[in-house]
Formats: sequence, C-alpha cells, structure tokens
Amino acid sequence: MALSPFGRFSAFPEAKGLYNPAEEKDSCGFAMVATTRGYAGHDIIDTALSSLRNLEHRGAVGSDAGTGDGAGILIQIPDRFFREVVGFELPAAGNYAAGLAFLPLDDAQRAAEKSAIEAIALSEGLTPLGWRAVPTDPEHLGTLAREVMPAFEQFFVSDARGAASGIELDRLTFRLRKRAERELGTYFPSLSSRTIVYKGMVTTLQLEPFYPDLSDDRLESTLALVHSRFSTNTFPSWPLAHPFRYVAHNGEINTVRANRNWMRARQSQLESPLLGDLTPLFPIVADAGSDSASFDEVVELLELSGRSLPHAVMMMIPEAWENDSAMDSARRDFYRYHSMLMEPWDGPAALAFSDGSIAGATLDRNGLRPGRFLVTDDGLVVLASEIGVYDVAPERVVRKGRLQPGRMFIVDTVQGRIIEDDEIKSQISTLEPWGQWVDDNEIHLEELPEREHIIHTEASIARRQRTFGYTHEEVRMIIAPMAQTGAEPLGAMGSDTPIAVLSERPRLLFDYFAQQFAQVTNPPLDSIREEIVTSMEVGLGPERNLLTATPEHARQVVIDFPVIDNDELAKIRHLTADGRASTQTIRGLYRVDDGVDALEKRLTAMCNEVDVALSMGVHFIVLSDRDSNNDLAPIPSLLMTSAVHHHLIRAGRRMQTALIVEAGDVREVHHVATLIGFGASAVNPYLAMETAENLVRRGRLEGVTPEKAVKNIIKALGKGVLKTMSKMGISTVASYAGAQAFEAVGLSREFVDTYFSGTTSLLGGITIEKIAEENRLRHAVAYGDEQAANPHEVLTTGGEYQWRREGPPHLFNPETVFKLQHATRTKRYDIFRDYTRAVDEQAERLMTLRGLFGFSSDRAPISIDEVESIESIIARFSTGAMSLGAISPEMHETLAVAMNRIGGRSNTGEGGESVERLLDPERRSAIKQVASGRFGVTSMYLTHADDIQIKMAQGAKPGEGGQLPSKKVYPWIARTRMGTPGVGLISPPPHHDIYSIEDLKQLIFDLKRSNPAARIHVKLVSESGVGTVAAGVAKSKADVILISGHDGGTGASPLSSLKHAGTPWELGLAEAQQTLMLNDMRGRIVLQVDGQMKTGRDVVIAALLGAEEYGFATAPMVVSGCILMRVCHLDTCPVGVATQNPVLRERYTGKPEFVETFFEFIAEEVREILASLGFRTLEEAIGQRQILDVDRAVNHWKTEGLDLSAILEGNDFPAEAPRFNVSEQDHELDEHSDHRVFAVLGDALVTGQPMTIDLPIRNTDRAIGTWLGHELTKLHGEAGLPDGTIRLELSGSAGQSLGAFVPRGISIRLTGDANDYVGKGLSGGRVAVRPAHGVSYETNRNIIAGNVVGYGATSGDLFLAGMVGERALVRNSGARAVIEGAGDHALEYMTGGVAVILGATGRNVGAGMSGGTAYVLDLDHNMVNQSALSTGELMLEQLDAAERELLTELLTAHVEETGSRFVQSLLDDSAETFARITKLLPRDFAAVTAIRQRAEVEGIDPDGDIVWQQIMEVTGG
Amino acid sequence: MANPEGFMRTTQREVPARRSVALRLKDWKEVYEEREAGQVERQAGRCMDCGVPFCHQGCPLGNLIPEWNDLVHRDDWKAAIERLHTTNNFPEFTGRLCPAPCESACVLGINQPAVTIKQSELAIIDQAWERGYIRAHTPDRLTGKTVAVVGSGPAGLAAAQQLTRIGHTVAVFERDETAGGLLRFGIPDFKMEKRHIDRRLAQMEEEGTRFRTGVTVGVDISWDDLRSRYDAVIVATGAPVGRDLQIPGRELSGIHFAMDYLVRSNRAVSGNTPADLIDAAGKHVIILGGGDTGADCIGTALRQGAASVTTLAIGKQPPHERSANQPWPMDPTLFEVQSAHEEGGVRQYLASTVEFVGDAAGNVTGVKVAETEYFEGGRRPIPGSETEIPADLVFLALGFTGVEQDTVVPQLGLDITTRGVVGRSKHFETNVPGVFVAGDAGRGASLIVWAIAEGRAAAARADQYLSGRTELPAPVLATDTPIHF
Repeated sequence: MALSPFGRFSAFPEAKGLYNPAEEKDSCGFAMVATTRGYAGHDIIDTALSSLRNLEHRGAVGSDAGTGDGAGILIQIPDRFFREVVGFELPAAGNYAAGLAFLPLDDAQRAAEKSAIEAIALSEGLTPLGWRAVPTDPEHLGTLAREVMPAFEQFFVSDARGAASGIELDRLTFRLRKRAERELGTYFPSLSSRTIVYKGMVTTLQLEPFYPDLSDDRLESTLALVHSRFSTNTFPSWPLAHPFRYVAHNGEINTVRANRNWMRARQSQLESPLLGDLTPLFPIVADAGSDSASFDEVVELLELSGRSLPHAVMMMIPEAWENDSAMDSARRDFYRYHSMLMEPWDGPAALAFSDGSIAGATLDRNGLRPGRFLVTDDGLVVLASEIGVYDVAPERVVRKGRLQPGRMFIVDTVQGRIIEDDEIKSQISTLEPWGQWVDDNEIHLEELPEREHIIHTEASIARRQRTFGYTHEEVRMIIAPMAQTGAEPLGAMGSDTPIAVLSERPRLLFDYFAQQFAQVTNPPLDSIREEIVTSMEVGLGPERNLLTATPEHARQVVIDFPVIDNDELAKIRHLTADGRASTQTIRGLYRVDDGVDALEKRLTAMCNEVDVALSMGVHFIVLSDRDSNNDLAPIPSLLMTSAVHHHLIRAGRRMQTALIVEAGDVREVHHVATLIGFGASAVNPYLAMETAENLVRRGRLEGVTPEKAVKNIIKALGKGVLKTMSKMGISTVASYAGAQAFEAVGLSREFVDTYFSGTTSLLGGITIEKIAEENRLRHAVAYGDEQAANPHEVLTTGGEYQWRREGPPHLFNPETVFKLQHATRTKRYDIFRDYTRAVDEQAERLMTLRGLFGFSSDRAPISIDEVESIESIIARFSTGAMSLGAISPEMHETLAVAMNRIGGRSNTGEGGESVERLLDPERRSAIKQVASGRFGVTSMYLTHADDIQIKMAQGAKPGEGGQLPSKKVYPWIARTRMGTPGVGLISPPPHHDIYSIEDLKQLIFDLKRSNPAARIHVKLVSESGVGTVAAGVAKSKADVILISGHDGGTGASPLSSLKHAGTPWELGLAEAQQTLMLNDMRGRIVLQVDGQMKTGRDVVIAALLGAEEYGFATAPMVVSGCILMRVCHLDTCPVGVATQNPVLRERYTGKPEFVETFFEFIAEEVREILASLGFRTLEEAIGQRQILDVDRAVNHWKTEGLDLSAILEGNDFPAEAPRFNVSEQDHELDEHSDHRVFAVLGDALVTGQPMTIDLPIRNTDRAIGTWLGHELTKLHGEAGLPDGTIRLELSGSAGQSLGAFVPRGISIRLTGDANDYVGKGLSGGRVAVRPAHGVSYETNRNIIAGNVVGYGATSGDLFLAGMVGERALVRNSGARAVIEGAGDHALEYMTGGVAVILGATGRNVGAGMSGGTAYVLDLDHNMVNQSALSTGELMLEQLDAAERELLTELLTAHVEETGSRFVQSLLDDSAETFARITKLLPRDFAAVTAIRQRAEVEGIDPDGDIVWQQIMEVTGG
Repeated sequence: MANPEGFMRTTQREVPARRSVALRLKDWKEVYEEREAGQVERQAGRCMDCGVPFCHQGCPLGNLIPEWNDLVHRDDWKAAIERLHTTNNFPEFTGRLCPAPCESACVLGINQPAVTIKQSELAIIDQAWERGYIRAHTPDRLTGKTVAVVGSGPAGLAAAQQLTRIGHTVAVFERDETAGGLLRFGIPDFKMEKRHIDRRLAQMEEEGTRFRTGVTVGVDISWDDLRSRYDAVIVATGAPVGRDLQIPGRELSGIHFAMDYLVRSNRAVSGNTPADLIDAAGKHVIILGGGDTGADCIGTALRQGAASVTTLAIGKQPPHERSANQPWPMDPTLFEVQSAHEEGGVRQYLASTVEFVGDAAGNVTGVKVAETEYFEGGRRPIPGSETEIPADLVFLALGFTGVEQDTVVPQLGLDITTRGVVGRSKHFETNVPGVFVAGDAGRGASLIVWAIAEGRAAAARADQYLSGRTELPAPVLATDTPIHF
C-alpha cells in the first residue's frame, strides 16, 4: 500500500465515533500577482504578500488563536537568491530543480529520510546537489500548528546527464517526488525547476515573518500566487495549505469522489513516453489529500505529459459549452472531444495557476466564486478574490475586470502581455481537428436502425411488479403521475415512517442510501433557472489513454439523457463493430432457493463474465435483471451495478466499457440517481415504463398515449436526477456518474466496503445475507404458494406516503393524531400521556433511531419538585420555520401568540413578516428566518428579530429551493413577501451570497451588524459530515446551529427528497456535538435540534446527545387541527392549517391555548424523565450521552448488525470540557467601520438633521452602513428618514456587502470600487459607486462592483458606474438600479423594482424573473433566458412615453450620483438611446399590474375577490 | 385523486332517495330508489385522499376507502371492486347494513358533511354483480386440511371464504335450513333482500365451501365428533341471547324477544311461513329499546299492518350532533332516522318500563311506564310518574347478553367470560387448541363489519395454526376496539 504524504505534519484526529476526517472541507481567498514588464523583482512578491494580508478575513482561525488554517505563496525559482544562500554550486538557471521538503524534526530520522530521497533521485537519473535548511521563525505560530510542525529544508537536484532543463527536468523530479511520497511519505510543497512554494499552518499575517526568505530583497519573481485558507476544522495540516504545485483554489470540487475514482480507474491505461513507466508513481491521486490537492495532482500529470497548463485546466474545468449555441464551433468541438476523455471536475472554483512562466486564473462554469483584477500602466496585474487587496494609485489603473464563468485570464510574463480567453482558447481549440475526430467516430442512437417495440402482457407485468416489490401506492402515486405529467410528484409534511433498516418489511437496496447534498461549503444548483450550465449528455463506451489524444478516443455512443427506453436499449444491444457484436448482456439472476451463497457466487460470476467479454473486445456491457422466473430471482440492480463497477476499477479495466443497466426494480428518481452514482452510464427502467404503458392501455391515464407515457417517465426520472445532482451542486451527469454522492444508512461496513467501496456507513447494519433474504421475500410474493391468499390484491397496498393499516407504521397515525388533539384541547394530561406512550412505544418498535435507546442513569432518581420549572424548560422550545404562505395566517399567528405567551420562540419562516405583526409583542415571531429567497428581509425585519436564522437547508428537501405557485400568492402573501398578487415566487436552491464557507461567514457578519443584539442561527440538515460543517459554521461565528433531521416537514417537496435525502437528527446531532467538542468549539455555540420531535422523551434524548434547544413543527400544527392530509402543496388543506384559501381558512379551529398546553405538557414530561434520571436541569443532562444505552433494543431481523456505538461513544473528552454553550462568540463588533460614523454622528440620527460624513475605507471594511441602518430603523421604523439625511462619502475599495440592508435616509456614495453584494437587501437607502478620481478608463468597460449586487433588495436606489459581476439584482423585489453592464444570470428571480443595464449582459438574463421591469441597452436576445422567451413568460418590448420619463429621471440621477460620462453621453442623445433600449417585462406581472391598476381606476378593491378572480384567469393559477 | 378540490366544488352530501313510505309499506323490498346517474361518482369525488385516512382506520375491515372512492369517481368499476374486495368479502352486506363508522371518521366530516362512503361501496358491489365482475376464486391446490365453521353469519362466512380460497377444505355448519344466520333471519328484507346472500353463497359454493344446513352442532353432531373430523374449528355462532326484562307481568303472553319476532317474520317473507308467526296486523305494538333491532321491529310491524307502534327507550334522546365527549373521529351516538322511523310509529324517550299489564286471559294489554331520572351514578324511574300505554304485543329489543350456553360450552369446554361470550386470546384462540372464535360469539353483539373483520382475522390465525404460517390478512385483533380516549 502506497503511503500518502498528507497525513504527516497534520493533527487530524482518527475517524472515531461519528467524526470522519474525510469529510473535512476548506475554502479561502487567493490572489495572483504578475507583471508584463519582463523582469523579475521582489516587488511582485511584496505585492502578493500584502494582498494576502488583506484577505485575512477570508481565512479563519480556530479555537487556538495563533493557528491559522494555512497560507502560502508560489513564485518563480529565485535563482539569484539561491545562488547566494546555498553553500554549493548550482547549474544554470532552469537546469536545476529546487523544492521545500517537510521533514521530521528528529535529526536521525531526518537524515535517514534525506538519504533515502537522494537514493531515489539517483535511481531516477538525477543528481542531488544539496540541501539547504530553510530559516523559519515559529515564534508567533499557534500551539496546535507548532505541535505538528516539520523541519524545513530545500532540496536541489539536477539531471545526471545534464541534458534536461525546465519542464523536462520537472518530469524527472516529478518521478522523484511521487516516489518519495509513495515510498517514504515525504511531502514536498513543490520540487521544480520553474516554481517554488512556501506554505504552512500560518495565518496570512504570519506567512512572511515565518519564512524570513520571503522578506529577502534578493527573492525575485515575475509572478506570485498567494492563498489564505479557511478550513472547517481546527486541526492543523501543513501539507494542505495552498498553493499546491500548480494551483491555488478557492471553492470546492463537488465531484471529487468521482474524479478520484475515475482517475484510479484510468491509471492502468495511462501511458506517456515523456514520463516513462508510471506504475511506481501510482496512485496519481494520493489518499487523504483535499479536493484541491487531488486536482493539482491531475493537472500536474496532464501538464507534464505534454499538454499546456491552460489546456489541462480547460479539460478539467470546461466551460458550460453544452447549451451554448453562441460558442465558437472549434471551441465547442474541443470541449466535445475532451468530454470523452475526462469528466469535469465540477464545483465552485476560482483557480489561479502557474507553470512558472504564465500565471492564469479561471472560474467554474457557473461563476460561483469571485475573481477581480486590475491592470496598471506599468504592466502589473493583481487578481484576487476581492478588489482592493492592494493599493494602487487610481491614475495608474488602466483596467479593472473580473473573472467570468468558465473564462480564462492569463498573464504571460515571458511574452510580457495579457492573453485573453478567446486567444488562448482558440489557439488550443485548433491544435488538432477535434471536431473532425468526433464527427467521424461518435455514434448517435437516432442514426441506428429502429427496432420493433415489444408490448408485454398485463399478467407478465403484474408478475414482475410483484417480483420487484412494487406496491399499489407506488403505481398510483409515483408512476402514474410521472407518466401523466413528465414530472416527479410532490408531497408534503416530511416522512414519519421507519428508515429501511428499521423497517419490518423487505425494502429495496436503494432505500438504504441517503442522498448527500450541498450545505455551506458549496452551493446547490438551480437546475431549472440555470439549466444553461447543466448537461445530461453521456458518452457511452470505452475510454482510452488520458495522456494521448487520437481520433479513436471519440468512438463513443452519445446519448442525451441517462435514462433510455426499451427501443434505445435494443439499439445499443445490437451494435456491432467490424461485424462482431459490440454489446454483451450479463444476467443478474440467481437461484433464489440457494440463498446468499448463490447471490454472491452470481455476483462474482458476473464480474468474471464482464472480464471475459471485455477481453473479447466487447465495448458495451448491459447488466440486466430481466427474465427472472420461479427459480431465478433478480439481483438488486444497484448491487450488481456497483459490484461490477468496483470490480472493474480494482481490475484496472473500468475505462474499457460503459455499464448500461436494464433494471426492473427502478421506478423512482432516487433509484436512477443511485445507479448512476455507483457507476451506471445509462439506466433502462423497463418495468416502470411497461407499467406506465399498461396504465394507459387500461384507461387509468387520460390524455396520453403509451408512447407519451414512456417519454414522460424518462423525462421525469431524468429531470429528477438532474435535480438530485443539483442538490450537490453538480451540473453534469458525466461528473455525477460514479460520484457516490450518497451515504449508506443501515448497511454493514463489510458489505459496503465490498460492493460500494468508499461509501460512508456510520451505523453498520445488514449484511448481504439480509439483502438476499429481502429478495427472497419479494420473490415469494411473486412466485410463492399463496397466491390465492388475496386474489383481489395484485400488489401490496404500500403506505409509505399515506398511512395505511397494513403498511409501514407512521408516528402520526389516527390514534396519535386523535389523542394529541383531544388531550391538548381538553387539557387532559392523562390522555397526553397516552399519546406520548403511543408515540414512544412505536418509536421503540424500531421506528426511529432514538427508539432504540434506553436510559440507564447512574444517578439516583430525584423528586420532581427538585427539577427546574416548566417555564425554564419552555424557554428552550421553538416552533419550526413555516412561512406565511406555507401555512395560513391563522395557524402562523396561533404559533406566534402561543410562543410569546409561554416564553418560547416562533419562527417567521421564509416569508417576511408584516409590520403590524412585527411590532406587536403578542403576534410577532421572535425568530426571523433569512432564506434564499430573502422574502421580506428588510432592515425593519432584521432589527426586530431576537434570533435571525439562516436557512442553509431544509430537512424535507435539503439542497432544494421552493416555489410558491401563483395561486397561493394571495394579496396578503404578496405584501409581506414584496411580490405581486397572483404571480408565483421562487426560492432559489442556493443563497446567492453563500457559495462557500467564507461566504457564510460574511453573511453572518452582515446580519450581526443588521442587528447586533440578535443571535445568528444557521440551520443545517443532518447528513454525514454535518459535524464538520457545524465546526466550520462555528468558526464562521454563528451563535446557534440548528441540526434538522431528514424527516422534517415541508409544504412541498419532491417525494424522492422527502424520503431519500439526509439522515435522522440523532446522527447529525451526535456528530455535531462530537466534532464541535473535538475542535474545542462546543462552548461558544448553542446547538438546536428539530425533526419529528413529538414527546418529552424525544427532548431528553436530544439533550443527552448534545442539544440545548428544541424545535417542534408538525406536532403543534396537529394540536391546531392538522390531520396530516399531506396536501399543503395543493392549497386544499381542509382544516385551514396549511392553506391560503379564504374558504378553507374559515375552518381553522386551532387556538394558542392548545399549543401552550402542548408545550406545557411536553415540558412536564421532560421534568418527569429528568427526575427519574436524577437530573435537576436540562443543562445537567446535555451531552451526557453515557446515560443512553442500546441494550434492550436491536432485536428484529434487520437490526442485529446495527452499531449505535458511534453515536454514543466516539472520542473521550475530559469531564470539564464544555458540553453546552458557555461563552459568546467574539463577533469583533467593536471593530466595525460604522463605529467611525457613530463617533461623529452626534444626535443626527435622532433628530434627523442632515449630515455628511467623509470616510476613507478599504476592502477589509465590510457591511459598511448596515449597523448605522439598524440604528436608524430602531429609531424611525419602517418609514426611515427623508432620503439622503445621512450621507456617507466613502473613498477606496469597499469590502463585501457595502450598504447591505440600509434603510431610507441613508445615502452612501463610494468613490473607488466595491466588492460582492453591494446593496444586498437594500431597504430604502441609496448606494452609489463611481470610479476613483483620476482614472482614465471608460466606466462601462470596467468593473466597479462584484457579484450579486442588490440581492434581495426591497426598496431604494442603486447607481453603479461600471460593470458588475454575475447575478446582478437577483431577487430584487423593489429597488431601482442603474448599472453599466452585468455578468451572467442578471435579474434572476427578480420580482419587482426597476433594473437598468446600460451595457453588455452575460448569459441567461431574466431567468425566473417573475416581476419588475428591466431596461437593457443593446440587448442581445441570445443572452436572455431562452425558456422564458420561448414560453412567452418574459416579453421584450419597446419603451412607452412614461418609461422614457422614468428612464430620464433614473439616468439623470445616475449621472448626478456618479458623474458617469458614459451615461451622460447616453442622455445627450436620449432619443437614440431610448431606441436602443429593450424592456424586459414578465408577462404575468404585466397582466396582473394592469388588472390591478384598472381596478383602482374603477374603484374596485384590488385585493378583493373580483380582482383575484380576474388575476387567476390571466395567470392560469 | 382526480381533483384535489372536489370537496370544495361539491359541498353537499347526496344519497339515493328512499321510496315513498306509502309505497314501500306495501312490500318488503328494499326501501331505496334506483341510484341517480352520476351521483355516486360526483360524491366520491369529494373524497380528499387523506394522508392519514381516518375512514380507513374507522373501518374494522380497513377498507381502502380513498382508493376506491377515486376509482368510483373515475368510473373504473372493475378496478374499484378489486380494491374493495381486497379487504371486504361481502360489500353487498356492509354496503346495506353497516352504520358506517368510516363516515363518522371521515376527515371531511370535521367541518363538512362526510363523504358518502357507504354509497360508494354499495355502488361498487352492485355494479360488479351487474357487470359480471364477480367470479369464483378457486384455490390452485388444496392443503388437505379441513376446517369446520360453526355458524353461517357474516363472521362464519368470511372465515369460510378466506380459508377455502387458501386451499383448506371448509364445511359450514348451520342449524337453520338455509345459510346466512342473522343476515338472513335477523334482518328484514326491506333492509337487505335475501337474494344478495344467495348470490354470494353460490359463489362460495363454487369456490368449494361446503354448507351443512339444518345441522345443529351439539345435537345432530357432537362437538367431539366435529373436533375429531376437522383439523380446526371456528366458532361463529353469534350472541343471539336477548336481554330480558324481569318486571311484573313478564309472564304474560304477547311479550316476545324481538329476535323471535323478526326471525319468524323473515321466514314468512321468504315464503316459508312458520306456524308460530307473530303477526302485528291490527295490533298495538310496543317495542322496548331504541336500537337497530327495535327499528327493524317497527318496519316489520308497520308492514304487517299494526294499529300503532310505540318505541320506548329508557335513556335520553340522543343528540343530533356530536357531543363533546364523542369528538371526531369517534363513532358518536346520534339521533337516527332510519327508514323504519320514517314509516311511522312513536318514539318515546326517558321511558322506564316498570310493569307489564295483562288481562285475565294472561294476555298483555299494556305497559306501565315511568319517567327516567338520572342521578349521580345511574338512572331510575321517578316514582309516581307512571302512565299506562295500551299494548297487544310487546317486543323486547334490549340488546343481547351473549352466546347460547346450553350446547356450546359444556361439550367443548370453552371458557365463557363474564360478558357471556367465548373467551379468547387476542388472536381469536379459545382455550381449546385448534378452536377459534369469531364474530359476536367472541366479541358480543356488534356490527356486521366487525363480524367480517373477525372472520377474516380468525381465518388467518387458523391458517397459521394449520400451515405454520399464513399470508392471509388479519385486519383486526380480537382485542381491538373503535378509537376512543
């Protein structure tokens, strides 16, 4: 087994309990400095280091204040310096390589390792020249960093033959370095003749003092990359600091697991004459590296084997070319060809790279990280995560720009010029006739001969449905709707049935896998509105040597969609090459009577058959479970697929074939997703399609033909897979394939390691024997003796989604609902105890993980009188985040009133809060939620919050957004959400200001300044790795972390998300507690938990596992009359709980008193349990997991392998280690720049006396004006002060979130430029940004502000004299903005306000825009969201007279605020300008606005029924 | 569910009309008119397809109500009968006779009239018979095991059909001349015509169930013989013993148990008039007890041409709406207007009968009735409030006290509980191995729907006993009760 260098000089704890170091994530800020002036200098290094210091806020420090998460620098080999400091002779520059090595501190060990390295060098034809001990100054290092610090020595080598220099020499040192890593575990940050890296576990401020070399004037370079790391943990790791050998990366590779798997699979095929025999260097991708480290290793391989560095980067991070019809065809061909060589490394990425002569940077395909640059008149280029990291006199700046999605920006220091994206890519795109190669070789299914369609009989379908365990419910609720509509069906209210391993009945293997999803460290993707960056295209067939490029590489079958119908499969099955069959079908059937042995033997035999087929030259393997019969049962398709996939990877033959799966058990999105995730390239769910056809033939589906029904099934499954991928932020199915973005819940580790290698299975669980047994049971139903048992029941009933008596148990069933309602309405504690007993007993009957626990306290029981009061327990209770919109105003207020009366907290949910409720102490919600839609998130809303909760994910559908359909946007909903009645509203899957952990840190920073007294919550959903995320969130300075269970309720969610995403809170909570304690951060955070909390026992178990606050949602709704209809998404709730329909709302019977009683009863029960366990307070119980035992449970046929010890044991901590919140986060509030305003403000804020304040600022000054806005709002409420009362005149580069949430009365004018999120949440204030005085460039060609400006703005004005980055004015609902150019996805989800874009836009303008009006100069129609245009949702129109007036006013104001010469010139020729402007207007918004205006003219209530009916007619709601 | 807003579009409950009283008193046929076209389909569209269908819980059989409501709404009768038959062997009986606790539990019933579930059920089964969807389901192979089912009421028939279909050889013993038990002889034709039973019995016979009618177990064949001839026995003999009222004058002639009256009348209606028929023609009839049996007596007496019919109930008149102590989804006690109540007669509440009055010939001539007074812990007649009501016939419809104990118990040695029924485990096992008890004999007098559910569940347990495992569904445990707090 090869060694990995990444474990050394690191202090990662072992995987223990629920903590797994493999889950660690990181992110960061970076900068690239280069010059075109032609000579090296120390000034470049100085510039880079000072830029790095100004990125400090993007990094992090952990619990140990001195220990940063890592920082470093990459520069050219400083030949002059080395010659002067090494004590030995060096060959000519370029003819020697040098690199820092991290070596053992122990002298003897170090000497031994060094001589071993020298020995390898010699054997690789290199001559060791000598070592140089590198001076370091560890004085300021943190303790943790110092404890694992290595010794630092530089190693110098040259080619023994003296011939090789530059890259040729690097090919040799590559071999040396890889072998040293594999054989000795040595870590070299770099070893090259071209570049050298200095890095370590230092903060950005410590880097230079730590390595005195860096201050040495003799150290010179023409380029430098610097990086500041933010890790989710507090464990130091010297090797994982950036830069790596070629790259510094900000972001996260979501698909890294797939990429690593595929790289490993490719290894055996790798051959390069340039690199020699690669076998001793394997694995190319070392274990235990970070995603960035793995990326770097592959980039290195590609570069050294002959591709240029930009070429390699283009292969690995391709642009979103698939749907870009405007792209140059040669470039498309390049991408098309290379897509057959390698899947994208997908995920948010700002990447800087250098090979020593060029320094370049690129962004991921969707532009999810920021990158800003400036160019000076003397050829200096500074590119960084932020603008303003380096001070340059304005008059020296000739250009300010930004990295764009998928685009490259290169400084060639040798040629002394900047090379733009087009130039570099067109050069690479024409290196070979890529297009020709593809056209000549690619196979398209539609070009193959049609096959006759086969129709199966009803009896055969029924028999096979039974074989695969179909239920009546699945046919009725999943297949029929998919066949009818082409979309996955929705459900509501979460899941309260047992997870697969706790289920009595046989479950499909798919059910044991939970989907993973992005939260915090990377963003989910909006696959609908940002479809433009996605691709479902798959290339089937063998892949060849990655290190060469030939026409044969393109010989693949290309399919548009990973789900194929029977006829397409038939075509693939009949493919031939040179007269021989190219495809072989391998049967996944075994003799069911022979049990698990037969199953295992058959799996082995299948692998062998595949091997034989491949050696016979077969290119396509179909794994099939068709043709089962009385004796032969089908192997679960997921098992056979993953078994063969992993077998082929291990055998090094995986790239020789594509696996196509013909599977009868597949009928849900989740099933297809798991198959693709574990290696299938295409899935043929034949039985689901035959079932759909049969439904049509039987007349069960109307208005569709059998053919259409099949198409619909394919579409629904395929689109659902896209949505599933999107939850992980993965945009192409090629990268999702094999990504294993799942964790196993309830499968034994041995089974997982054998067949699903690399998948997490925290709890262990069933073995393959039980899988065989489940299979046998299903088979017996289809072929058993007892068919006459119920001649009327073809399929079993089901009951997963709706309760059925014979189905799986639900925690909420008729009995528990009835008893809970009755008990709380009649104040009968005895009946309440009946209810909790029923719930707890069910839980014990293996419905939930917590049901498996027992209490075994070592304390003596105490009298209940000694236990803390009901009131103090209730103070820890809150109700769930349910928006007004999801639930009725009556229900919403019931919860608020009840919680306010008893001292708990209710939650607004994502829908804002009306001002009258906001200010009403009885009806307000103490917790204000901030979700991705930012509905109603104003300064007022935030100012009046006790707690501000950032919803990163939601239990029922983590990684997904939501949509409030037009018919639910009643006038009162529209008002609090600042939308338009009758016009639908979208909550995007990601927060568009959180694509990364340091972004979350920024949002917490902003919100804390929007209300310094409020606690900031971050809501996460339980999944493996959530502990790591929680640690990162704690480092980001959240005050509260909420861990939600996977089973939580929701108003609407795709059924597969409801059932298959996330894990129970017991796991996530325990992992969070363990990881936070491991990181020594538990004490500064409050842990909250929610998800199907129903009884006092649930609360106590949550406390013992580490939670100190508890959320309830479904139960108090049931108390208020909810009867679990599960139709919240249909607006037909018959009891008025989850509906806006006025008729139904009248039926609401809930009262605050009932809810109060509920919480009092829960608290009383908690007291009883605490007394019995000997605890006087909940606090005493928090984190005392040793009280829990699992002795009495775990006794049914599937649970024997479950190992709950990970939850209960894990690492040991000292008794005095904080187990709950004991201290506050250090928010550094005193340091906020607004204090400089307060210092001079006097009583102007109180009196409203106009005042102007001048302030120089820089990029580390973030959220300027936000706190000021908060103080203003506190004093003056919603109306604020007259426009411009307080004027801030700023100069410099503003940090992120300039003017976030500022209310009316505050005007900010910045002279300089700004970073991301300018005017975020603007609440009536005014923000203007203009270039620094003295700049000569044209404003409309240069970047003035970063990404996501005006996100969620609700009112106010924004004037930006220049271009801005991606996603300008996303979710604007009321502000007016003038900008002089925008990046991709501008105006996305906009619902109101006015946007004026006086320049170029990026792609996908107006996606999901449902309201407001935009005016764009010289609009390129191709850039508008094509689906909105083609459906007519977005109309393009000319201006009318009123609009000309409005525009004149806005442009004039813009000129006044910014002095924009460009806009002045537009005004000067306004007639022509207006002719060049196109108006973008959402159709429904226009129609509704017209109706409402007409109503007002006619004196009809625009919010009344008549108008509502008219609105519904035009919007089709 | 075709339209989730169905319940908002169709807000009113509609049920088939009953024929006019004048007309229906002239015959013994069922009282309902033909179904109005489209009505039941429209009504079924009001079903909300609940996430937690309380109706499905409220039905002892676990009928898959939302599923077949949907199918009725879609006009898919073939699929509907399959889903209905999945849980219910005899929807034609329950569709006519069940008081529909499902409708009491219907979620729509919280704030709107409940879905007409019973009508859906009846329509489905009627359509199924009409369209020829009902056929025999014979087992593929027989197990060689034999089972005796004693009693051919709904519990016995359900058990017999389940066990026959799974492959056991089943003989049903019935002491009457025709199978059907209470269904045939206890229920008047105006509630359910007997052709429905005959049709179902024919199906069962075709499936292989054997009927041994006119055989009284314990008399014609000893229990021991029975036990040794069969591998298992299911006792489904009902709880036919009526509750008596031992007050002065009870010995007078003209005072009968209601069931005796109804059985004889039903025989007569079936064309087999017994010599001891009790004919109410021209007589003043008093019925003690305001329940279903009492109502059956009213309809019967009126059809026979009684001069007057008076029902005396000792308790209060039940409310028209749910009371607070019987909240949804409990099956509440409500003031009912059954078809017989529409047809005539007087219903008197708070009437404590204190004495039967007779003439010298020993015939009853009237009853003395006092007003009932409630007090803490009970009720009693108010002394001095007595009035006398003239009567030629008095029928005691005061409920049932349990199984007949003269034959069953001693011979087989079954335990009898204090409630007068056969003791059993929650899985319907008696204290004698291989002997199971189902229906009223174990539960005490209850609803037909409980009887069928018990028959099915007992069959599953018997199959388990015979085969060591079972695939038969068991919708209830013997200990299950309707939802309560």
